[in-house]
Amino acid sequence: MTAPALEVQGLAYAYPDGHQALFGVDLRIERGERVALLGPNGAGKTTLVLHLNGIHTPGAGTVRVGGVQLAKDTVRDVRRRVGIVFQDPDDQLFLPTVREDVAFGPANLGLRGPALNAAVDRALAQVGMEGFADRPPHHLSLGQRRRVAVATVLSMEPDILVLDEPTSNLDPASRRELSTVLRGLDPTLLLVTHDLPYALELCPRSVLLDGGVVVADGPTRELLSDEALLAAHRLELPYGFDPSRVPAR
Amino acid sequence: MSAGHGSAGLYRAGHSALHRLPAQCKIAAHLAFVLVVVCTPRETFWPYAAYALLLAAVAAVARVPAGFVARRLVIEVPFVLFALALPFLAHGPRVDVLGVGLSESGLWSAWGILAKATLGVIASVLLAATTSQRDLLLGLERLGMPRTIVQIASFMLRYADVIAGESERMRIARESRGFTPRHLGHLPVVAKSAGALFIRSYERGERVHLAMLSRGYDGAMPRLDSSATPASAWATAALLPLLASVALALAWAGR
Ligand SMILES: Nc1ncnc2c1ncn2[C@@H]1O[C@H](COP(=O)(O)OP(=O)(O)OP(=O)(O)O)[C@@H](O)[C@H]1O
Ligand SMILES: [Mg+2]
Repeated sequence: MTAPALEVQGLAYAYPDGHQALFGVDLRIERGERVALLGPNGAGKTTLVLHLNGIHTPGAGTVRVGGVQLAKDTVRDVRRRVGIVFQDPDDQLFLPTVREDVAFGPANLGLRGPALNAAVDRALAQVGMEGFADRPPHHLSLGQRRRVAVATVLSMEPDILVLDEPTSNLDPASRRELSTVLRGLDPTLLLVTHDLPYALELCPRSVLLDGGVVVADGPTRELLSDEALLAAHRLELPYGFDPSRVPAR
Repeated sequence: MSAGHGSAGLYRAGHSALHRLPAQCKIAAHLAFVLVVVCTPRETFWPYAAYALLLAAVAAVARVPAGFVARRLVIEVPFVLFALALPFLAHGPRVDVLGVGLSESGLWSAWGILAKATLGVIASVLLAATTSQRDLLLGLERLGMPRTIVQIASFMLRYADVIAGESERMRIARESRGFTPRHLGHLPVVAKSAGALFIRSYERGERVHLAMLSRGYDGAMPRLDSSATPASAWATAALLPLLASVALALAWAGR
């Protein structure tokens, strides 16, 4: 049996100012799974995500990626396998052109010349931004920047793709285009979102985080149909949305 | 303002032969040209006219209009003021100009400073007008400037944009809520905003850094291109300093 793509055990974390954000999180994701991470504001979702590639060091507990435990000597390897797309694309894009930004990750992995160009072109094609390679990222629209931000991580060919709130501020068309892009990708996907219909559309499984612990984990449709559970954790479906009537993908 | 427009003042996008020349060639040619100008004896006037003609030719090739250059000459103003003061302040034999006794050596110095500074500034404006800030930095790196310094300069450029962007968003947020700074009583608000601006920029910098770490950044920017500069580019760029040094040689020979 192969190791799960991601295995988090008993993860607890307090910020340097003393605020405890995670209180023992357990999460196991198999290879190729698409999982939504749901939870109200301040639940600890972003904090959890920042543990998945060693940006934060756990106060207690472990993170394993593809069977490799995250530690000082494995952090480089883990960062190659876990691609994180941050909540705000302006945090992600920092170079003068789209091409350089998308090349940054694979270049750090040692790619050069034609191999690097190929990785950049492929990642841009995957998100439908081929024509924008030489534009400055800060002159793109937010939806375009978001897609470029996804490309900056795809170009590293991660095993696990983690997206923190990818649909915030996207117009409906960009939101749908992004879901087409995401559905077309192979890597294991962890999607942090408040957008419950989006979770249902993309992820067969959902994990609900609140107060720094996992409070529910199961098929997305079941979770979203549990009104009491949603209400208890400040999650709300859009008006008139009935998860049981959405056709399966 | 807007992020990324910091360079708009000097750079003038285009596709001329000069724009296409690799930055390192242009920088080297610029340095050599300025060296030639500085070495030119100030007692012979015609080489300066020759240099000016050469620069005019360069500007024509680069399609940079004279007005564009003239407006950017204002950075020279402090030198001009200094030069104008010299004939009054310097010691030594005096000459009469319109009834005012001026120092002769001061006059020569003033002329020398004005002519050399003006030519140097025009050359620099032409370099900056045809080379983006980023290419300038890459060119310096290829000429052997330490990578760490080039990186710091690149990040300064980038963060200047970030900070300008943050401050613009904060200004819009202030003014949308009816605040327009009109008198000193408004100073505390502006000062508090400046404090918040610092924190916000700092925290954004932190987040950008985290995102860089996530993509395998280990403290050194990956060097992307290793292609050698073609000899023809060096030859083209060498034209300006070569022609200028011919004038210089003739000037020294003719003394
Ligand atoms: N840098 C920090 N220092 C101290 N506490 C923090 C810091 N960042 C987040 N927190 C706290 O940790 C808790 C979890 O925050 P986190 O950002 O993980 O929430 P989240 O689930 O991502 O929320 P959102 O949906 O709003 O993005 C919150 O209570 C927050 O106030
Ligand atoms: Mg968050």
